[in-house]
Amino acid sequence: MSNLNNLTISDALDGMEKGDFSARELTEAHISAMEKTRELNAYIVETPEIALEMADASDKKRAAGDAGLMEGIPIAMKDLFCTEGTQTTAASRILDGFVPTYESTVSGNLWNAGAVMLGKSNLDQFAMGSANITSYYGNVINPWQRKDSDAQLTPGGSSGGSAASVAARSAMAATGTDTGGSIRQPAAFSGIVGLKPTYGRCSRWGVIAFASSLDQAGPMTRSVRDAAIMLEAMAGYDAKDSTSVNVAVPCYQKALTGDIRGLKVGIPKEYRMDGTPKEIDEAWEQGIEWLKSAGAEPVEISLPHTKYALPAYYIIAPAECSSNLARYDGVRYGLRVDGESLDDMYERTRGEGFGDEVKRRILIGTYVLSAGYYDAYYNKARRVRTLIANDFKKAYESVDVILTPTAPSPAFGIGEKMDDPIAMYLNDVFTVPASLAGLPGISIPTGLSSEGTPLGLQLLGKAFDEETVLKVAGVVEEAAGFSALPQLMAGGK
Amino acid sequence: MSVDKNTVAKIARLARIRVDEKQQEELTGELNQILGWIEQLSELDTDGVEPMTSVVEMTQPLREDVVNDGYYVDRVTKNAPESAHGFYAVPKVVE
Amino acid sequence: MSYRIKGNTGEWEVVIGLEVHAQVISKSKLFSGAATKFGADPNHHVSLVDAAMPGMLPVLNKEVVEQGVRTGLGLRAQINMKSVFERKNYFYADLPQGYQISQFLEPIVGEGTITLDLEGGDVREVGVERMHLEQDAGKSVHDQHPTQSYIDLNRSGVALMEIVSKPDLRSPEEAGAYLRKLRSILRYLGTCDGNMDEGSMRADVNVSVRKPGDELGTRTETKNVNSIRYVQQTIEHESKRQVKILEEGGEIVQETRLFDASNGTTRSMRSKEEAHDYRYFPDPDLLPLVLDPAWVEEIKATIPELPDEKKERFINDFGLSAYDAGILVADREKAMFYEEVAEGRDPKLAANWVMGDFFGALNKSGLSLDASPVSAKQLGGLIGLIKDNTISGRIAKEVFEVMWETSKDADTIVEEKGLKQITDTGPIEAAIDEIMAANPEQVDAFRGGNEKLIGWFVGQTMKATGGKANPGMVNQLLKKKLAG
Repeated sequence: MSNLNNLTISDALDGMEKGDFSARELTEAHISAMEKTRELNAYIVETPEIALEMADASDKKRAAGDAGLMEGIPIAMKDLFCTEGTQTTAASRILDGFVPTYESTVSGNLWNAGAVMLGKSNLDQFAMGSANITSYYGNVINPWQRKDSDAQLTPGGSSGGSAASVAARSAMAATGTDTGGSIRQPAAFSGIVGLKPTYGRCSRWGVIAFASSLDQAGPMTRSVRDAAIMLEAMAGYDAKDSTSVNVAVPCYQKALTGDIRGLKVGIPKEYRMDGTPKEIDEAWEQGIEWLKSAGAEPVEISLPHTKYALPAYYIIAPAECSSNLARYDGVRYGLRVDGESLDDMYERTRGEGFGDEVKRRILIGTYVLSAGYYDAYYNKARRVRTLIANDFKKAYESVDVILTPTAPSPAFGIGEKMDDPIAMYLNDVFTVPASLAGLPGISIPTGLSSEGTPLGLQLLGKAFDEETVLKVAGVVEEAAGFSALPQLMAGGK
Repeated sequence: MSVDKNTVAKIARLARIRVDEKQQEELTGELNQILGWIEQLSELDTDGVEPMTSVVEMTQPLREDVVNDGYYVDRVTKNAPESAHGFYAVPKVVE
Repeated sequence: MSYRIKGNTGEWEVVIGLEVHAQVISKSKLFSGAATKFGADPNHHVSLVDAAMPGMLPVLNKEVVEQGVRTGLGLRAQINMKSVFERKNYFYADLPQGYQISQFLEPIVGEGTITLDLEGGDVREVGVERMHLEQDAGKSVHDQHPTQSYIDLNRSGVALMEIVSKPDLRSPEEAGAYLRKLRSILRYLGTCDGNMDEGSMRADVNVSVRKPGDELGTRTETKNVNSIRYVQQTIEHESKRQVKILEEGGEIVQETRLFDASNGTTRSMRSKEEAHDYRYFPDPDLLPLVLDPAWVEEIKATIPELPDEKKERFINDFGLSAYDAGILVADREKAMFYEEVAEGRDPKLAANWVMGDFFGALNKSGLSLDASPVSAKQLGGLIGLIKDNTISGRIAKEVFEVMWETSKDADTIVEEKGLKQITDTGPIEAAIDEIMAANPEQVDAFRGGNEKLIGWFVGQTMKATGGKANPGMVNQLLKKKLAG
């Protein structure tokens, strides 16, 4: 059983094609793992019946020679994707009990490609957070632990449940969404691969919005090849999303040639920050060496406005969220707390329905958009965003891809950094700039920290050039040979 | 720029979020901490820089004018906390 | 001429600006594929997008954009090749998103002009500040339940054009003329049906007062007034109220007010007053709307002749008075009807008939133009018969009445009833001879100098010929014979 749980998607597809095992067996193994790792709290809702039904359908499709790209692969669906008939909450009390009557485009694409839904994975409430400690349904626990300690660590966030389920082998892969690093940072904290595609690559239709100009769905997997397969299944133009870009989706696996000779890899000097742990910088240096030995050419570049990305992000994202979350008013769905008047009902519903971090961001967003402050905050931040996008454009005139660390630290303990919102925000210092520029980025596990927890490196690409990102990521993955296993996984280590 | 308790109460009201006295106090501190940190943007000269509207370098796509949606009152009221005769029901609004 | 409020301290001038919300004619909503049709069951014309379900996204309706451009062109306004949709954030039960998607800093249409047709054929130009596209809200129903309001989102997301005038209007009469003209233009363009009863056109009325020559005063905005008469009542009431306050040493509060149709007054909407801060920002779910110049040219080519141009043509080509031309062009259907009647006929005679007997009959019977029992072609036929002397104008009125009753053609009726005008001198002379022979005293009296008696002879002759004699010929022959 643990055998099946340890497979990558590409291995499992081969195994099913050869008839070594069925989608049902594969799914049963994951349902069992899901049950055994409940202490991680990776799932808000488990859907074993749906999973088995889908697995049986997959077996039939495969038998009929009609297998899709992800046929029979059991995955966790981040509970930000609306799933028809299955509760979708964004991990917020305000949506507790909400059962969509529609299916998000991306989840629909995955089901059409044959993927099997194991359940809805936990996340930071409305995807706001970097430690998965803001969920109404409780914290997610990282399957990884520090050496000689059983202290609970965060899996990162916001896609913490997705990351934990993939790391703990209770899902072969999971969907994530990334607004400022919510795929890449938890991937790094949990020792898996997380890919944020170019903004506009995956449809946002049916994905509960946090910050519309930044939100982007992507795959979280245990190998670069799996990320390539899953992205191909998720991506595509959607006329229902005005920001979806109508460009062809390539077969990303074909990009995994391993040949990066002559490729120029940008090393942004602004990402060497004071206070970054030495081992993060060392892992980065190691990555540069790997790429060099594979024939690529490291080039020092400058992204001069990097330090302004995070504060600009913490204006833009809250501003958009303050408006996006206005629809949760207790009228048409979700929680309603009765009040004496309509306004009273609104205030009570939203006061009790939203968690503290969500409220904090709504208030910040309301403030920065309010009369008299709009120019000083919101427009200023949008100007900074232009400068940051221009930094990358200029850099990509001389390099093909950019290598950086994914996060400024390995996974920290649950409870750490809790009382300091800014310390928490700094987790995204390396991921936010590319988010603001709408560029694709991937995090690949490259080794373990001195504490024995995973470290990740990030590769950033040009817009819609996920292929180069994946190709280089494949080389890093190969060189790193990351094979360590987390302590808390189905069947034990 | 910083906010006081009254401002926090005012924006909470604008955002229709009930915040009690004690929370107002806490939020005032937290918001000021965040706003103070954001303040570093002011050191950057952005004169003449166009504010970004979207990273997608496209213009708005247009849809043909056809009726191809709606007519499913059940689907839009299914999750309503209260509904009656196909309407959503809310506490009486006095105009 | 100018409208003034007479106060204790002298005369006051009223300054009016109108923000008209006009529902765009389109099959589906501004950002969703749900129907726009009026009168559906609650929440039937509602998509997941209109109900603002989580994760739903707007996609812009091409036809609405086209209608917006068309309207801008019709208002002789600047078309902005790039415009931006923004979110106007506020909470209300019938606003499911918690924001209205609207245009704010960069509207699709900029400055334009509307020409007012005032009494006596006077005209005046009024500036249009801008026009933008936005979503309508849903509807709250308050009278169905003792403690609850019911929300119907059928209108939620229907496309509106907000047409904002400059503060150029100075009287209730001008405001009425502005609204009538705007409605006329929109109907000509086919961009709004102008149906104020169904709410497809409504106005926010901005009113302030000042002593002539002074700076602009503080204004109030009375929301959602849904008839021209109510708009005029709003202005009358609001301007008097403001003058009274100012003359008593008070100050006008800039506020939103509500019109009360039951007594023609306005009152403050304090409930909506508190701390409005709409926090506009560009909608990140949408991209800037950029118009292709070739498309705008294509739209331009579809713009019909508008009332002002039509009026010019009626005056110049048809010789109509400005007043008549103004009445005929006010309504596109009526103008088209008139043009069909006048086709190949005497245009002035046609105008008199259309505006006189025809509109009169239409009004009297309460019928709409398209339900008229007499078609434009038939009316033209009648006018043809007058012009070629087949029947007299007097007989024509009789014929018209029969046409209205039976929908028959004029010549058929004339034929059937033998109403053809007598233009042979023989029968007329014979009738005259007979009358003169039977009434020698009248002949003598006429010849003795009582020339007024000619009218009596005309009457007798017409009577004798059943009204069919050509009146001109009767006159001429009588004069000759009576002269001896």
